[in-house]
Order: sequence, then C-alpha cells, then structure tokens
Amino acid sequence: MSQVPTSWFLLLSAALFVLGVAGFLFRRNIVTVFMSIELMLNAVNLSFIAFTYQLNRVDGHQVDGHLYAFFVMVVAAAEAAVGLAIILTVYRNRGTLNIDEVDSMKN
Amino acid sequence: MQLWIVPLLPLAGFAINGLFGRRFSKSLVNAVAIASVLLSFAWVLRAVYGLGDLPTPHVEHYFTWIRSGSLDIGCDFAVDRLTAVMLLVVTGIGSLIHIYAIGYMAHEGGYYRFFAYLNLFMFFMLTLVLAANFAVLFVGWEGVGLCSYLLIGFYFDRRSATNAGNKAFIVNRIGDFGFSLAMFLIFANFHSLDFARVFAQAPAAPVGTLTAIGLLLMLGACGKSAQLPLYVWLPDAMEGPTPVSALIHAATMVTAGVYMTARSWVIYTNAPVAMHTIAIVGIATAFFAATIGLAQNDIKKVFAYSTVSQLGYMFVGIGSGAFGAGIYHLVTHAFFKALLFLGAGSVIHALSGEQDMSRMGGLRKKIPWTFWTMAFAAVSIAGVWPFAGFYSKDAILIAAYQQTPWIYWLGVFTAGMTAFYVSRAMFLTFFGEYRGDRHPHESPPVMLVPLAVLALLSLGGGYFLPVPEFLRGVFHAGESAENPALMAVSVTAGLAGIALATLMYLYKPGMADAFAGRVSGFYKLVYNKYFVDEIYDAAVVRPVVAGSREVLWKAVDTAMIDGAVNGAGAAAREVGGVLQRIQSGNIRSYATWVVFGAVMLIFAMGLAGGLIR
Repeated sequence: MSQVPTSWFLLLSAALFVLGVAGFLFRRNIVTVFMSIELMLNAVNLSFIAFTYQLNRVDGHQVDGHLYAFFVMVVAAAEAAVGLAIILTVYRNRGTLNIDEVDSMKN
Repeated sequence: MQLWIVPLLPLAGFAINGLFGRRFSKSLVNAVAIASVLLSFAWVLRAVYGLGDLPTPHVEHYFTWIRSGSLDIGCDFAVDRLTAVMLLVVTGIGSLIHIYAIGYMAHEGGYYRFFAYLNLFMFFMLTLVLAANFAVLFVGWEGVGLCSYLLIGFYFDRRSATNAGNKAFIVNRIGDFGFSLAMFLIFANFHSLDFARVFAQAPAAPVGTLTAIGLLLMLGACGKSAQLPLYVWLPDAMEGPTPVSALIHAATMVTAGVYMTARSWVIYTNAPVAMHTIAIVGIATAFFAATIGLAQNDIKKVFAYSTVSQLGYMFVGIGSGAFGAGIYHLVTHAFFKALLFLGAGSVIHALSGEQDMSRMGGLRKKIPWTFWTMAFAAVSIAGVWPFAGFYSKDAILIAAYQQTPWIYWLGVFTAGMTAFYVSRAMFLTFFGEYRGDRHPHESPPVMLVPLAVLALLSLGGGYFLPVPEFLRGVFHAGESAENPALMAVSVTAGLAGIALATLMYLYKPGMADAFAGRVSGFYKLVYNKYFVDEIYDAAVVRPVVAGSREVLWKAVDTAMIDGAVNGAGAAAREVGGVLQRIQSGNIRSYATWVVFGAVMLIFAMGLAGGLIR
C-alpha cells in the first residue's frame, strides 16, 4: 500500500467525480442520473479516506475524516430509498423516465 | 377584609353573561346579573360594618403590578370613609337600577349583552373607587369610559347612537390627556403614585407644581364629569337605554371626576388658584347648562342638562374647599337624578318609546306611581326643605358664600332655574291634556319598587345621611357653618322657580309660548344649545377631518407610504422578472449552473492562492 502515492487515489477520485458530473449532465434517464449522483458521492468518499490516510499515517496529525465517509454512506442510503421511491412514483404517474419531460414545477 | 370580592362579583357576572348569556333564558341572565351586584352590595355593607370607624384608610396590597426603576405600582385597594360612601352609592344605586332594568329591557333585543355590559361597568366603577393609587384609579376610569361607550352605542343599528358613543369616547380622550399628564407630573415630583405617599408629601411641594397638577387633574375631571368645555358628550349620551342614563350618566360614572378631585383634596387646598378655577368652571357649567335645560323638549335631554348643571354644583363645592359638601351633593344627586331618569324611563316605557314632552301631558292619572315618585325627586332637586337636595345644595352654597359671594348669588339664581325647568318637565309630562296617540300603561312592579326606594332616599337622604359630618375626618374639615338667612334665600329661589313654572305651564299654558316669542332670539339660542356643537364642529371637527383627508390621507398615506410600499413591491417584481429565466424547471440546466458555479469557485480560489496559505 505504502508504495501507492496518495495523489493517485485523489486522481482516481477526481476522475470518478467528473464521470459522475458528466453522467448527471448528459444522461436523460432518471435512474442513470441517480446512479451518477451515487458515483459522485463515492468519489468524495474516496478522497476523504485518502486525505485521512495521508494526514494520519504519513504526516502524523489526528484527523477523523474517514468517519465522514460513513456519514455520507448513511445519507446516501437514505437518499437512495427516498429517491427510488420518487422515481417509481414519477414513472407510475407519467409513464416516462426522461428527465427533460419532468419539469412541471416550472408552471 | 377581602375587598377584591367587591369588584370581582360583577366581573364574574359579566364573564358568565357575556360568554354564555346568549344561550341563557332571560330569567337566568337576570339572576346572574342581579345576584352579582346584590352580593357585591352585601359585601360592601359587611366590609364597611366590619371596618368600624375607619380613622385611617384600610389598605390591602394584592400584587405588584408594575416595577420599573423607581416606579413601583401595586394592585392596591383601600377603604376610607370617602371610599365607603362611594361604594355604598355605587353598589346600592347600581342594584336598584339593575332590578329596574329587568322591567325596562324586557322587550329589548340584546338582553344578555346589556346586563353583561352593566356588570362590567360595575366592576370598573368599583375598581375606580377602591383604588389606592392613581394608576389603578386610571384603570377604572378608562374602564367605565369603555362601558359608557358600549352602552351609549347599545342600539348599534341606530346611526345617531353609534355617533354619540364615539363622541363620548373621543371627548373623554381630551380629559384623559390631562389626567395622564397630571400622573406624570405627580410621579416626577413625588416618585410614587400611591395616594398615601403623594398626599403626605404634597404640602411641602412648590405651589406652582401643585397648581399645574391640580389644573391637569381638573381637565381630566371636566371630561369625565361633563364640565365646560367638555360637557358636549353627556346630552348625546342619552341615546343609550334609560337605565344606563340613570346609572352611568347621572348617578355614578359622571361623578367620578368629583370623586377624583375630592380624593386629591390635599393638592387643591395647597393650590388655591387651581381650586378657585374649579369653582369658576363649576358655577359657569351649572349656570350655562341650566339655561339650556329651560328650553329642551326631549324629557331625557332636560335631565341630561340638569345633570351637567348639578355636576357643576359639585365642582363649586370642591372649588370652595367644601369637599364634604361636594360629595354630599354627589350622594343626594345620585338619589334624585337616578329617580328622575328612572321615572323618565317609566314614562317612556308607558308611552312605548315616546320621549318628546310636547306629545305627553295628563299622565298623572294614568301612571300615578311614576308621577308621585318623580314628584319627590323634582322637589328634591329644586332644593325644598326637608328633601335631600336642600341639604346638600345648601351646604355647597354656604361654603361658596364664604369663599366668593358672586358664585353664591349665581348659584342661587341657577337653583331657581333648576326648580323651573324640572317643574316645567313635570307639568308638561303629567298635567294638562294628553297630547299623544299612544295608550299609556303603568310600569310593572319590578320597575316601581326601585322608584319607591329612591323616592324615600330623595326625601330622607339629606337629613338621615349627614355625609359632610361623616367625612369630616377625611378632609380635616372644621365645623360647617350654618346660616339661616342664606338657607331662606336659596329655598325662596327654588320655590320661586316652581311658582313661575306653575304659572306659565299650569295656569296660563299659552304664556310660555308668548314669552318665548317675545325673546325669540335668545330662545332660539338656548333651544339650539348655544350652537356649541356647531361651533365645535366648525372649529375642531371639520379642520381635523379636512387635514386628515387632504394632508394625512392624500399626501402622506397615498403618496409617501403607499408609494414606498408599492415601489418596493414593484422593484422586487422587476428583479424577479429577470431572475425567473434561470428557473427553467429543467433539472439538467440547474445542474449545469451548479457545475458552472463550482468551477468558478475553484477558479476564484486558484486566483486568490488557495484556501489555506
């Protein structure tokens, strides 16, 4: 492990995050968009853990950043439950999962 | 002695009738209203009897009401002999009038509302007389004003009644303005509002301060007790039901100003200028109102101006340093004027609402009980020995003679006019031929019994209730002088007034009209009440209305305030119109904005050199 530099983890995290953003912006299916959000959250988790590892093991500070990864996971789980329920309802009512057609809050 | 029970009982009556009275039967409303006042009267008797001689005031402290800096106002009640007299008058007359009102109001709508208000009035009036400091007194003072307003406007579907209520309320504000300033001055100088502490320090205070306080208190009393120049509301207050006119606008509330000035006697004895002003205002009011009373045709209006006039006498008593005599007249006036009003109410009841004396006449045979009891009151107010009015009016006039003889002579002349107008009212109502088209019927016993009780009090209330002797300790007064010659003069004036009225209205009925025709200018002036209402309307009401409409409404309200408010709204709408284009409703466009913002943030941090240096 120690042979792998922290910067690599961060690069991976950044790459995953950008993939999530891109998916969020360019995909039309709500489920895909939803998965993109999960991807972004996990990218952030990865950078939390990478930073914690760097600061604790290498620099010798007392930092508890990895705890936030668990918080994020809990919130993500809750959000997934609610979000999937919403998606189901939207599909039942509209018969579509195209995100561009779900814009009735506008009017 | 649990004084709080005295005002609390009517308050409970008000709460019960006010909240649930709509669903009660009339007899249950009666039971609640009458019982609360009668029990209150009984408790007053018990308290007065139990407290004995009352050489010093009996004070009860309940809780601290306001404490702020050196201002410390408690909710305190106190009883001394002056308060005892007032309590007995208020609850005693109040009970009688409540009982009378059962009969009078029997056919009226809003029955429970009437008794609820009447009980609320009793609560505030008792608070007023029991108060041990100016602040609690002021609570009662404003409270009775509120009830007066509510009851004047009782027939709220009549425009004139609601206007009269508003007039009473607004005119009283002018007096209350003076009263408030007086309280501020008292607190600034004596650092307390408690009667005991203020009056203990008052003799040592500078005369100028005391004069200012005295004059401001007088302004308050002029509003409440309908003295010049603020008397205009009282005649209009006759729009209310007649029991209200008797209880509030004759016997009790309007005497609150007399009570308050008598209570502040220490201030007045140390401020002779203020005291003399009271006497002059009083005699001017007494004379002025009596002249108006000579020519009125509405039976209640005659008695209303008579009330204003008699209150003027009480002020003469206060202003002559005869505080006991002033209160004495307050008590006897409560007897005979309540009786006159209740009798007038009985006449109006008998004629199904007729108030114009030119359509009455000859009622003596048809409603004999009303006639005979009212006759007692009329003779009493005319000041004929041995009726109650003689004793109190004489006590005031003798005191006035010792201070300022011209006030005495004007007072005697006014006494003659009083006898004349009240006799005129009696003759027009009860003698001659009946000129109306109704079918007069005698009132029920529930109305006649209070009349009979008050008739006895109007007869014996002077001789058997020597109020000035009872109050001598309160006012530190000496032996009151007796002067048989002066007594003879004032009784002669009264008898002369009666005789003149007898001549003009009984033996030569055309004589009054002929006389009025000969002095038609003066008659018109008096008949129209000296056009005072019209003068006030032109001098005060119209300028205020015009100023409010042109300046305050059109310039300040519409242009400035509305302009600013509408401008703020229009500006927000403009900005929103631009910004709403961002709200496309498309989730991915929002996401684009988020990403764009995040990139800009990172870019800005990069320019600034990062988050941490």
